Formats: sequence, C-alpha cells, structure tokens
Amino acid sequence: MKPVDFAYERPTSLAAALDLLARDDCAVRVMAGAQSLGPMLNLRLAQPDLVVDITAIAELTSVRREKQALAVGACVTHARLEDGAARDRTGEVLAAIAGGIAYRAVRNRGTIGGSLAHADPSADWVVCAAALGAELLLASKAGQRTVAAAEFMVGPFETALQPGEVLVEVRLPWLSERARWGYCKFCRKAGEFAQASAAVLCDPARDVQRCVIGATSGCPVVIDDPQFMREGGRSERVTELLSATPLGDDPFAVRTHAVVLRRALERAGL
Amino acid sequence: MQGTGVGARVRRKEDDRLLRGRGRFVADIALVGMRELAFVRSPVAHARLRGFEIPDAVRHAVFTWADLAQDGVKPIRAASGLPGFKVSEQPAMASDKVRFVGEPIAVCVADSRAEAEDIAALVSAEFDELPVNVDMLAACEAGASRVHEHWKDNVFLETSVGTPFPAVAAAAPVKVCRTIRTARQCILPLEGKGVVASWDRQTEQLVLQTATQMPHIVRSGLSECLGVPQDAIRVIAPDVGGGFGWKGLLQPEEVVAAWLAMRMDQPVRWIEDRREHLVAAANAREHHYEVTAYADARGKLLGVEATAHVDAGAYSIYPFSACLEAAQVGSILPGPYEFSHYHCRTYSVCTNKPPIVPYRGVARPNVCFVIEQLIDGIAQAVGRESWEVRVENLVPPGKMPFDNITGKHFDSGDYPESVRRAVAGIDLAGVRARQRQNEPDGRLIGVGLATYCEQGAHGTAVYHGWGIPMVPGHEQAQARITPDGGLELRVGVQSHGQGMETTFAQVAHEVLGIPLERIRLIHGDTGLTPYSTGTWGSRSMVMAGGAVATSCRILAQRLRRIGAHLLQASPEDSVLAGGCVRSGGAEVSIAEIAHTWYRAPQLLPLDVDPAGLEVTGGHKPKSDHGTFSYATHAAVVAVDPELGLVDIIDYLVVEDAGTMVNPMIVEGQIHGGVAQGIGTGLYECSPYDNEGQPLASTFMDYLVPGFTEVPHIRVEHMHTPSPYTEFGMKGIGEGGAIAPAAALCNAINDALRPLGAIVSDAPITPRRILAAIEAAGATR
Repeated sequence: MKPVDFAYERPTSLAAALDLLARDDCAVRVMAGAQSLGPMLNLRLAQPDLVVDITAIAELTSVRREKQALAVGACVTHARLEDGAARDRTGEVLAAIAGGIAYRAVRNRGTIGGSLAHADPSADWVVCAAALGAELLLASKAGQRTVAAAEFMVGPFETALQPGEVLVEVRLPWLSERARWGYCKFCRKAGEFAQASAAVLCDPARDVQRCVIGATSGCPVVIDDPQFMREGGRSERVTELLSATPLGDDPFAVRTHAVVLRRALERAGL
Repeated sequence: MQGTGVGARVRRKEDDRLLRGRGRFVADIALVGMRELAFVRSPVAHARLRGFEIPDAVRHAVFTWADLAQDGVKPIRAASGLPGFKVSEQPAMASDKVRFVGEPIAVCVADSRAEAEDIAALVSAEFDELPVNVDMLAACEAGASRVHEHWKDNVFLETSVGTPFPAVAAAAPVKVCRTIRTARQCILPLEGKGVVASWDRQTEQLVLQTATQMPHIVRSGLSECLGVPQDAIRVIAPDVGGGFGWKGLLQPEEVVAAWLAMRMDQPVRWIEDRREHLVAAANAREHHYEVTAYADARGKLLGVEATAHVDAGAYSIYPFSACLEAAQVGSILPGPYEFSHYHCRTYSVCTNKPPIVPYRGVARPNVCFVIEQLIDGIAQAVGRESWEVRVENLVPPGKMPFDNITGKHFDSGDYPESVRRAVAGIDLAGVRARQRQNEPDGRLIGVGLATYCEQGAHGTAVYHGWGIPMVPGHEQAQARITPDGGLELRVGVQSHGQGMETTFAQVAHEVLGIPLERIRLIHGDTGLTPYSTGTWGSRSMVMAGGAVATSCRILAQRLRRIGAHLLQASPEDSVLAGGCVRSGGAEVSIAEIAHTWYRAPQLLPLDVDPAGLEVTGGHKPKSDHGTFSYATHAAVVAVDPELGLVDIIDYLVVEDAGTMVNPMIVEGQIHGGVAQGIGTGLYECSPYDNEGQPLASTFMDYLVPGFTEVPHIRVEHMHTPSPYTEFGMKGIGEGGAIAPAAALCNAINDALRPLGAIVSDAPITPRRILAAIEAAGATR
C-alpha cells in the first residue's frame, strides 16, 4: 500500500496553484488535508503525476466576516471550525457540525473545502453546506465563479469543478438569531461515514425552510418546501424522494433516512 | 498483596519502551542491502492459473511458484490424524490453481516497497475461472465445484460427537431451536504480519526475524517446506504487536521470503499492509449452527442436539489444521453445563475464501454465543429469570473436579457463584425496575448474561488425538544467575502483549527474591531459548511460568548450598529468603554467591555441584486436561428501536483465573478481550459477494470498535486455585473475548422482548435489529 511515484508542490499563492492546475501534460490532484486523498493514494485508487497541496495559501486558510456571509477558506480545518471560528449563531452551527466529523485527529487536518470537493455522498459538509445555503467560490486561470452548494455535487465523488479549477471559499449566509437548525446522522461508530443523514434549516427571517436528506449514495436531496417541513418529513414522501436515488429499493435505508430526518426536525424544535 | 512476587499489581517492565514508541518490531529492522517484497495476489476466487505476463524489463525481479518448485520447495501441508480428514496442499504461491481472492501468485523484489508494488502492477496472469464456493452450506451440496479437485466433496472433515437421543427429545417438555450464524471476522492485531529473512554466513543459518507467536513451530514448518534442517534455521520474534492466533502459523509469505533470501543471498523484507491483512488472510470465526436444546419444565437441560458448519476456507493451516475449529465446537459446545444427552455433528467446509485461523478463544466465542442463547430461550420458555436457569444447569462446586459429557475435566471453581455475583453486581433488580418505566428517549433497556469456562494450557492427549503437526504437553525454561547476581530467564514462548517480561520476573522473584529490575526475560528466539510450541491457547503463564518456577527452585538449592558454605553453616540449617542465604543471624547475598561461583571459585566447597548457576527446568501440570478459568459477563444495553443502534451502558465481568500472578495484567487481558468480543457481537464482518470478492478491504467497510465504542468494563475476581499447577495459576488470555457477543445478544433480546423480536446472528447490526423488529411486527 504505497502510492505511485508522484511529484508534490505546495504553492503559497493561489496564482501559483492555478498555474500548476492548468498543466495539461500530467494528471494533477489537489490536496487539501489528505484525509481521503491520503488513503486513496496509498491504495493506488488515485495515481496522479502531480499533487498540489493548497494548504499553504494564506487566503484559503482564512475566515472572514463579510456583510452577507461568513467566508470560510477552503483549507480551514474542521478543528478550527469546531473550536469556534465565528462567535455567533452561524459559528455555533458550524462548530456543532465540525465537532461531529470523525475524530479529532481527522478534524485537525481535514478541511471543509477538501470534504466538499471530495464529494463523498455521506460526508457531513456535503449535506450541511447544502442545507445552510452555502455558495462556493471556484477559481481557475480563466477567472472565478460561484456555485450553490446544493448544485456543486453532481454525483458520487463528482462535482461541478472543471479541469484546472479549484474550490477556494465556502460562503455561508448569516443565520438570523431566530434561525432553527437540526442535523442528525446515523452511524455506528466515530469515524464511520453516515448510513443516513439529514439537515434542516428554518430561518423565517430569510424565508428559508429547507430539508436536506444525505447519505443517499448519490447527491443530497434538497427539499425547499414549507409544507414538507410542517408535516415533519412524512415517511411516504421520504420514500418517494429516495426512490430516485440508489437507495430507493432498500427498505432499511428508506426507513432510517425517514427517522433521521424526523430527528433532525426535532432537534431544530420543529 | 505487598511486594513484587506472585499476586502483586506491579507495572509492566516492557511498557517503558513500548509506550514510548521505542519497541523494535519487524518493520523497524533494516539490514544492509535489504530488498523489499510485494506480492501479486489473485484477483479471482477460483480459477485455473494458465500463465503469467511479465514484462521483460522486470522479469528478473519477479518470482512464481515454478521458481520455488524448481528448488524443491514443498507446499505447506497440515494434515490431521482424524479419520476421514482430507489433506490440502498449499503452495506458498499458487501453482496451477487459485483458490481465493488475495492468494499470492507472484512475488516482486525491489529496493523499496513502493517500487516492488510498481513491478507488481505490471504483472498479470491468465485465468480460466471456475464456479466459486462462497457459502459453506452451498459448498456442501452435491454438484458444487470442488476447491480441491481430487476430493469427492468440499468437506475437510466431518465429525460426530455423542449419540442421538430421540426418546428423550420427544418427551422433553421444553424444546428451543435456533439457527445461528456468526460472521467471518478479521483478527486485526495492531501490528500486522511481517518478516525479514536473511542468510547468516557466519553461522550458516537462515535467519527469519518474523512477527510470530511460535518461533519454534515456524522453524519446524519452514524446514519441512524448504528441506533445510532445523539446526540451519534460526527464527527470531522481535517485539510483536499482538497476535491473537494470526501469528501462530507458518505463513506462505514466510516461506517465500526465506527461499528468496537464500536464492538471492540478500536480506529481504515483507511487511503485510492492512489491505492484505483484511482481504487475503487473518480470517476467523465463520460458523453456522442448527441447534436444539431440550429441557424439563424447570429449565433443567436434558440434552443438546446440534449440527455445526465451519467455513474453514481454502487450505489447512500449519500447524493447527483445518479441523481444529470444528473439532473444538464438537467438544466444547456443552459449555460449563451439566446434562446427560448430547449429539453434535460438525463439518469443516472448504470454500474459496482465505483459510480460517484460530482467533482468541478459537471456537469458544461462537459456541458461547450459541449455548447462551439457548439458555435464555429455555428461561423464557419456562418463565424464569435466565440467571436462575444458568445456576440450575451449571456444574456445582461440590462436584469439582468434574468430567463433563465430552470428557473435559473441569479442575475447580464455583460457576454458579459467578452468576450470582454478576446478577448482584449488574443490579438486575434495578434494571428490571428501570425497564418498567418508559425511557424518555424511547430506547429499550435490556440486560444479558453469558457464562463460560475456558480450557487453557492444553495437554497432550487432545492434540495427539487430533493428530495435527503440533502436540503440546510440557515446557522448559532456563534460569541463569549472572556474575553480579542478576537473573536471566530464557523461555521458548513469546510475549506479544501478555506482559511476560514482568510476570515471569514476578514468578522468579517469588522463588529467589531477586528484584524485578535485575531479572531479564529472553524469549521468542530459537537460537537462545528452549524448544516450545509457543504462545497460544492461554498456556504461557501456566506452562512456561511453571517451568520458570521449577528452574528457580533448582537454582535456589544450588545457591543455598554455596551460601551455606560461605556462612560456614550446613545447607539444612540455611534458608534462601529475600535474595539472601541466611543461617542463624548471618546472611550472604545472591550477588556475593554469584561472585564466588564465577569469579572466586577458590572459595567454593570442594564438592560443589559443577552444573553451576545455570539451570534448565521443566513443567508438566499434574493433569493433562489443562486448566479451566471461567467467568460470567453481564451487559446492560439501550437499543434504539428506530435505528437499531445499541449502546452498552454497563458491562461487568466476574471471573476466576485461579491464582493471578499480576491482577493488573489479568484485567488488561480481560479489557482487551472484551473489546474484541464487542467487535464480534456488534460490528465485525468480512462479507463476500457471489463471486467470492471480499467487500471489506479497508476500515471504512470493516468496522472495529474503538475507544468510543468500548465502555468502561468492571472486573470482579474470584479466587479458586487450580489443584494441578504451580501456585494454582489458570490460563486467562482468551477469556475476555469469549462471552461478550453472547451477553450482548441476550441483552439485546431482553430489550426487544416487549416487541416480540429476536436476533440470533452475529454481528448484531442495526439492519438485523430492524429486520427482527419488522418480522415480529408482521407476525403479530
């Protein structure tokens, strides 16, 4: 279990990183914490020619308070968010999510952007960023663009990132003080990816009433439907929604997803 | 207990280096010019191997079985003398046929492991695929493709223990039937397997530094495969990070590495990676049972009838063979209970999966899982608390020593008292009261018990009866006083987590009074230690510890004789105590005696025993049946009936290890064993698809309990010394792992009782719990 021979670069500016990512003479992989990429390299599931480690780029490791959003650099670790990168309602929610990811050793190195870009269907940020209405800032040599978190993942381990493009920032709109939030995941042990997960956000001040069902083996299912939320995520609707995912024909998965969604709603006081 | 002798809670001597990361394991060994190995492994489960495609550029660095066979290397062969046993031959790398995914088919040599893996990626093989035997029951059906084609079926061995008892069965008021499966598990010591092989030109020996529990047995097996005499082989176990049975075998990779070191006249190293460990090896515990218990209206057992299948995998392993596991099932399924009728048929089934390896407790965790479910089933049928039914059926202390229905000789103990203490300690009444209230979070509370007895320090007769390549029965130890009064102990067993550097020193200290820090244990090296079958079967403390005591007693006599002379007293009037020979008011220390023997022999008595201060002593317990420690485990669980999650909220072990040399180490053994048993009960499963592909190849898919899943484990001790051993010690190493799956299963079923649901297969996963609840709902 040793990786193939690859070159390794750790640029200190985004421009330098983008230059490396734009190379078309070799297979390039971005490394943003290596908590998934590391094992994939060792198992030779990933066999890049060049690994570009983006964790030394200052703008990717900063947390900035902007008027509309909390701007979290892609290489901010789960541990930093867990320890309270922002001391308000939004920061509290991020801390709670981050603190439930795997165990501290993983959180010390794993990053929010790395997790989103890896796009494991069971990952916490994939589900929660969609529920929080995050916007993802992507950059390439051609320029920058923004994609809604709910649309960033296009399939299991597949994202909207184009060749030469990298996720640089996760912009989380400020929650109002009365926003209600609930997240629940079902797994048997710390560090195991969730078998079922759900996140809900009810923020009437911003007219947000959103449920997200995760760990579907595909993209998270986003439901922006006040009635669905009011009805407590009835299990018939969950069954219907999951029927379009790879889990549709597994009654155990349908049942546990419905339970997890209901518990997320309960945790939000809904 | 004061002091540092037998019974003292002293800290482990070896922990200073191990906990500081200063141990020296196989992967820490680097020899000059050492090459690294990577194996090409079969990607298919069952196929004829037609040939290889190896690019010319790397041909010189790739070796296959044909190369070994040309040098006369023989396949690994572990036969059993039991009638009807079918012998498998396991070439160290597949020859004409592959029989499981992960079987080595070629080896690649390079300067680094990564480069060796690069070469391995270039090697491909051509296969003609054959139908795959994945399920052990299907593999027994007529028409199944045969794993070994010259056999008439896929059964290594079929046995029958006891006789059918149809009249008793027909008349029995209570009948409890179960079909029970236990999963294929992976053993997972912290350190995987690893080996460094080299040729020592000075001693003209093949030197194998290998992560093994049994260096002397590895040497014998290696000699048989390579055709090299045993005196030309030295096997050394450096620090070894746990074994649990996985390192009690001759591994195919060891044979390949040894052959390469000789062939290339260069040191070679192979370090098993975790993926190889999970998919290609180290498999254990996959059983299937059809079982019925018969009882009277009080719940007294009348008889047990069982058919057991063991999925033994593709080959018979050296030295334990493919029959050990099932043979154990037949002889130990009755557990610690007394009853009159028993009939058990067992099948050791050959499948296209890795060979099964005896894992801590061997078949005991499985049979305990089975018999303890039956006891709870009987209790429910007769409307009594399960502990009452246990006490009703356990061998009572007044009958000890007791020969059970399969001829096991239980040496001593009060089995029912362990149950009563567990019931009190777990606060059964309190749990029952709590169950009458609804939990605020909707979870269901349950309490479960499991009782077992564990044979340790096995004797000669049973293993001779099985006729496998290794038969234990006696043990030796060497004890040598150093010129400055320290003590060196040499034993052929191997310590890989058992703390023998401490406990054997405690035994020696008990006899000689030499301080622990002046006692050094040399172990795990065929070149330096007496022969031993090694560390397995909860035997080392009883057997090698017993031999250490014998050796030290002989040394004590010789020390006393010289000491008495120096004190100008008679040996009869002198005593050895506290590290000194004393007579009247005078004393002379062991250090002074040692100095005299080695460096001032002019002061010795003229008739001194010239054998000196170096002794090889042996031990053979008074009984050939081994020791029987026992325990009752009690678990309280909270089951989430919506998700099937299980939380262990209390766990108690009441156990009897006889005389404990170091209670802290006994407790550590129990804690570790219980953690593994929780894995058996709730988490661990190595599934295969219909093509025989392993589905759990990383820790993302193979769940092991970690520190967040293992609760605080409370341990209470009972003390019934064995009548047959030094100090009354009993083997304890495996016990912790035996009962947890059973106790947890009974606790979960107790929790699910209001729903009418019952689970019976291990691991007890959320999926299985929800399926059981659903099935119960459907039948209501």
